[in-house]
Amino acid sequence: MCDTCGCNLTPGNRQFAYKPVEPSATTVSVLKGLLQKNDDQAAHNRAHFDARGILALNLMSSPGSGKTALLEATLAALKDEFNCAVIEGDLETENDAERIRAQGVQAHQIVTGTACHLDAHLVHDALHHMQLDGVDLLFIENVGNLVCPASFDLGQHLNVTLLSVTEGDDKPAKYPVMFRAADAMLISKTDLLAVLDDFDPAKAEAHLRELANPAPVFRLSAKKGEGLAAWLAWLREQLTAQRARVAQGRTRLPKIQPDGVRLHTA
Amino acid sequence: MHELSVAQALVDAVESLIEQNGARAARRIRLRIGPLAGVVPALLTSAFPLAAAGSRCERAELDLIEAPIRVRCQTCGAESEAAINRLLCAACGDWHTQVVSGDELLLERVELDLQEEPQEEPMETLNYGSPP
Ligand SMILES: Nc1nc2c(ncn2[C@@H]2O[C@H](COP(=O)(O)OP(=O)(O)OP(=O)(O)O)[C@@H](O)[C@H]2O)c(=O)[nH]1
Ligand SMILES: [Zn+2]
Ligand SMILES: [Zn+2]
Ligand SMILES: [Zn+2]
Ligand SMILES: [Zn+2]
Repeated sequence: MCDTCGCNLTPGNRQFAYKPVEPSATTVSVLKGLLQKNDDQAAHNRAHFDARGILALNLMSSPGSGKTALLEATLAALKDEFNCAVIEGDLETENDAERIRAQGVQAHQIVTGTACHLDAHLVHDALHHMQLDGVDLLFIENVGNLVCPASFDLGQHLNVTLLSVTEGDDKPAKYPVMFRAADAMLISKTDLLAVLDDFDPAKAEAHLRELANPAPVFRLSAKKGEGLAAWLAWLREQLTAQRARVAQGRTRLPKIQPDGVRLHTA
Repeated sequence: MHELSVAQALVDAVESLIEQNGARAARRIRLRIGPLAGVVPALLTSAFPLAAAGSRCERAELDLIEAPIRVRCQTCGAESEAAINRLLCAACGDWHTQVVSGDELLLERVELDLQEEPQEEPMETLNYGSPP
């Protein structure tokens, strides 16, 4: 029957009298994210970034959607303008970090072994291997996976989710948790649209809106260097916004924080 | 995928409640999960015993309550139910909505065993809710 007031105590179980946590006490003491440890570490990471005026971005996508290729193209365009650094998350190899270092940009590889996502502790460990002073933009390439990376705050300010045209334009509808977390969605490998007429970028964007996500959508090809200007302009804009926040002692959380939980605690 | 780390965080949270309340163990844990939280209830159910092994949550029953998805429309103000991949306003169809429920991962309630020492009667025979 009622399992909140203890009225289901019977002679048989009375000696195990249990103490329900009061609903009011629940909202105060119990109602916190279960991922509190990760979130605390993420806040600490963000404090490291904010203290140095760094804008941190988390790149997420399926394996092989073009995250490293996008970074290579982005760094080639921005490395003379800004001091950039990259954290690479990969299951096994150092390959991606080596591709970044080949550009003359500082990169640290986190080899996750079997973990399918980065968490705030892994990123903090990586930060201790890096020279952060003077860095303007820090890119964190998450493990290729459209599921768990969306649930872990790493301390970044912005999430960027890539969707390559070979994956199908309905991915946002199939992986709503991931695409809801996007602060920007990049439709990548657009050079292949010519041969893949079943991917409709407008449909991909419509699926993103159906998740109530107002994030900007950029269409680009890292390989052919097409469509990069709008993405680069957005990055510059976001760095300016970050500097303004830092000057006012404020910060920005990525989209990960669920709206609902915040409303419940209010 | 990451349900084991969620289960470990859950066990940590309940352990600290046990500590705060000077209890002996947790008997029952109720967790509210929204479909948009990114946690698969079935995977969490199977991960929980692994995370709880050897802890004071070991014998606890885990109840997972699935929260409905509800959105509030920023255009017309209506609040309505929505599907996981169509968070549109049911009243006016607009996509400018805010999720008010359905993305939570909340430890709602924990029933604690306050007994100092275990009684002769083994816990496994306990039958909550129905008189013997
Ligand atoms: N045609 C085309 N191919 C691309 C483009 N960007 C990346 N690729 C190719 O896609 C493959 C995967 O690219 P990566 O940049 O390694 O993808 P990733 O997302 O970093 O992969 P993981 O780190 O393994 O998840 C490579 O063969 C790239 O050459 C693009 O814009 N156009
Ligand atoms: Zn890569
Ligand atoms: Zn994972
Ligand atoms: Zn630190
Ligand atoms: Zn409406």
